[in-house]
Amino acid sequence: MNKGRTPDHVVFKYLRKNKKFPHIFCQGCGHGIVLGALIRAIDKLKLNIDNLVMVSGIGCSSRAPVYVDFNTLHTLHGRALPFATGIKLANPDLKVIVITGDGDASAIGGNHFIHSCRRNIEITCIVLNNNIYGMTGGQYSPTTPVGGSSATAPFGNIERPFDICDLAVGAGASFVARGTAYHVTGLIGLIEQALQKPGFSVVEAVSQCYTAYGRRNKFKSPSDMLRWQKENSIDVRAWDKLPPEKRAGKIKTGILADHEYTEYTREYQKIIERAAGGDHEKE
Amino acid sequence: MPDKKSKRKLLLQGNEACAMGAIDAGCRFFGGYPITPSTEIAELLSEELPKVGGKFIQMEDELGSICACIGASIAGSKSLTATSGPGFSLMQEGIGYGCLTETPVVIVNVMRGGPSTGLPTCTAQGDMQQSRFGTHGDHEIIVLSASNVKECYDNTIKAFNFAEKYRTPVILLLDEVVAHMRQNVELPARSELVIINRKKPEVHPDWYVPYDRDLQVPVLADFGEGYRYNVTGLIHDDLGYPTNDTSEIEALTSRIMRKIEDSTDDICTAELIDCENPDVIVIAFGSVVLSAREAIRKVHLKNTRQNQRITKLKKLWPFKKDWRPARIGLVKLETIWPFPDKILDQLIESCRNTCKKIIVAEMSFGQVFREIERINRGRLPLDGYFQVNGELAYPEAIFKKITGVLS
Repeated sequence: MNKGRTPDHVVFKYLRKNKKFPHIFCQGCGHGIVLGALIRAIDKLKLNIDNLVMVSGIGCSSRAPVYVDFNTLHTLHGRALPFATGIKLANPDLKVIVITGDGDASAIGGNHFIHSCRRNIEITCIVLNNNIYGMTGGQYSPTTPVGGSSATAPFGNIERPFDICDLAVGAGASFVARGTAYHVTGLIGLIEQALQKPGFSVVEAVSQCYTAYGRRNKFKSPSDMLRWQKENSIDVRAWDKLPPEKRAGKIKTGILADHEYTEYTREYQKIIERAAGGDHEKE
Repeated sequence: MPDKKSKRKLLLQGNEACAMGAIDAGCRFFGGYPITPSTEIAELLSEELPKVGGKFIQMEDELGSICACIGASIAGSKSLTATSGPGFSLMQEGIGYGCLTETPVVIVNVMRGGPSTGLPTCTAQGDMQQSRFGTHGDHEIIVLSASNVKECYDNTIKAFNFAEKYRTPVILLLDEVVAHMRQNVELPARSELVIINRKKPEVHPDWYVPYDRDLQVPVLADFGEGYRYNVTGLIHDDLGYPTNDTSEIEALTSRIMRKIEDSTDDICTAELIDCENPDVIVIAFGSVVLSAREAIRKVHLKNTRQNQRITKLKKLWPFKKDWRPARIGLVKLETIWPFPDKILDQLIESCRNTCKKIIVAEMSFGQVFREIERINRGRLPLDGYFQVNGELAYPEAIFKKITGVLS
C-alpha cells in the first residue's frame, strides 16, 4: 500500500483503510500538514485509538476526522464543542479532540468556544485558522485581516479580526498555544502538550488556503504562503522583547497560556460522590 | 428513594413526573438551558441525576444543549433535554442531526404561546406541526403528548423506549397547564417497568457495518467500545462515510422514513372514550382533554335533567316520542406524530352514519384540525374550537359547540 511513498508510515497507520480516498483538501492546503502533526502527536503519546474521539464542525478543516481511524463525529456548523462536551461528560474515560476552523470556532460557534474555555472540560481543541471560509468559496471570516480580499469583501475587509488565542486566554482556557503549518515540528510539540493537559486546551494552527485566500491576496503559490508564515512568526519569548510597532501583522507563536484550573468532569465526579453520600440509591 | 419493588404515591407536578420518568427510564444525562415553563425538569434533574451517577449540565444555549445530549447519547448515555417554544426553535438543527445520525435522544417541549418569545408563560399548543416539520429535509419523527401528570411520567418512559428502539429523537409535547398542574399519582414500582435499551453490535469490529441498509434500525456501538466508525450529518453510506451516490442517498433517506412509517401500529395510540356510535366526537390532546372532559360531563348532566323532565312528562302524556340521551365520544390523542391515521380512519368509518359532527378542540389555529380534515376525507362534518388567548381552553365553549350540534 505504501509503495513509492515516503518511509514515514506513522500517518498511514492512523488513516482509515476502508475510506475512499482521495481527500477533499485542495493542492497546497495546509490542513493536511496540521492533521499530520496531530497524528504524529497522538502517535508519540501512544494514545489508545479505541478511546480516542475526534469531533468536528463544518468546513474544510472539519472534514479531517473522516480520514482517521478513531471514533469520529462530524457535526453541525459551529457545534463541535457542545457535542464534544456531551461525549466527554457522559464518558470521561474518552480522550476527546475537536478539530475546527476559524469560522466554525469563532463566528458561528463563538459562544460555544468561549464557554468551553470557561467551563474547562478536558477537550483538546485544534483551530485550523486559514483566515477564510474555504469550503463555500472564500468569504471573509472573523480572522480575515483588515484589507484582505475575499468573495464577500471585494473592496477589502473592513472588519477587525479576532485573535483566537487571545479570545481563548481571556475566556479562561487552561492551555493556549499557537503554531503554524510551516513550523510543523513545533506544532507537533504544542499539540502533544495540549493533549496531555487536564483541562480545556486550545491550539491555533495557522494554516493556508491558497485556493480561496492566497490567490486573491497576492500570494504567488502555496509555498509563498508558507514562506510568509516562516517570515512573520515570532516566538512568544522573542515577542515580549519586541517594541509594539514591530509586532504589527506578525504571528505570535508558542505557548501563550498554561494554567492549572479545576477540570469540569473531575469536579462533577465530586458532586456525584457527594450526592450519592446520602441515603440515596446508587447505580 | 424507595426500593425498586414498592409503588410510590406522590403529589407531583407534570414537570416533576417527567423528570422522575426520565430517571426511571434510565436517563443518565441532561443538557439544558433554563426556560419557563420547562425549568422544573432541569432543576429536579440537577439534584437527582448525580445521585444515580448521572450527569447534568447547563449549557450556554438550547442548541448547545441538544448537541451535548446527542454527543452524550453517542457516548452511551440515555439523554434528555427540556425546553419551551423559543428554545425548541433553536434546537431544530440538532433535532435534524439526531434524525439523520439516528441517535436516540428525548426532547421535552413544554409549549407556551408563540410565535417568537410569545407568551411567557401561558399555555398553548402551537408547536404541534413544528414538532414534526420544524427541522429541514424529509424525515420522520416520533412525538408523544400527555394530558395529566401520570401520563407525563408514563410517556417520558415511553419516549425513551421509542428513542432507543427506533434510534431517533423523540419529542414529548407538553403544554404549560399539564407541566405545572399538580395531581396525586401512584407511580409503578421500578421493577414493573418495561425499559428498552439500544441494541449493541455483536460482530467483530472488522466486520461491523454501522449503517447497514439491510437493517431497518441500525445497530450502533457507543463510542469507546472498540467499534471505530464515523458519524456525520452528511448523507452517508453504509459505513457512515459521506456520499453523493444516488443509490446510497436513496437507501438512507428512505430507510429513515420507513423505519418509523412501517411501525405506526407499534407507535401510534389514541384513547377512544365512549366512541361506540357517538352522536358527536370531540378530539383533543394535552390539557384540552381536561376541558373537553368537563364539557362532556356538563352535557351528560344536562341530559340527565332533560331525561328526568321527559320521564315526568311521559307520565302525563304517554304518546310523547322516545328520547335518548346523546352519546359524546372523546378521542384523546396520545401519539401526535406519526399521526394516528389508522385509528381515526377506522373510527370515522365505523360511525359515519350515526355521528353528526367531529369537534376538534385545540389551543392553536387548527394545527390538529388540518390532520383530522385530511383523514376525514369529507365523510363527516367537521368543526373546530380554536382558542389562542393564553388560557386553558374553556369547557363552556366546548360545551356550547357540542350542544349546538345536538339541538
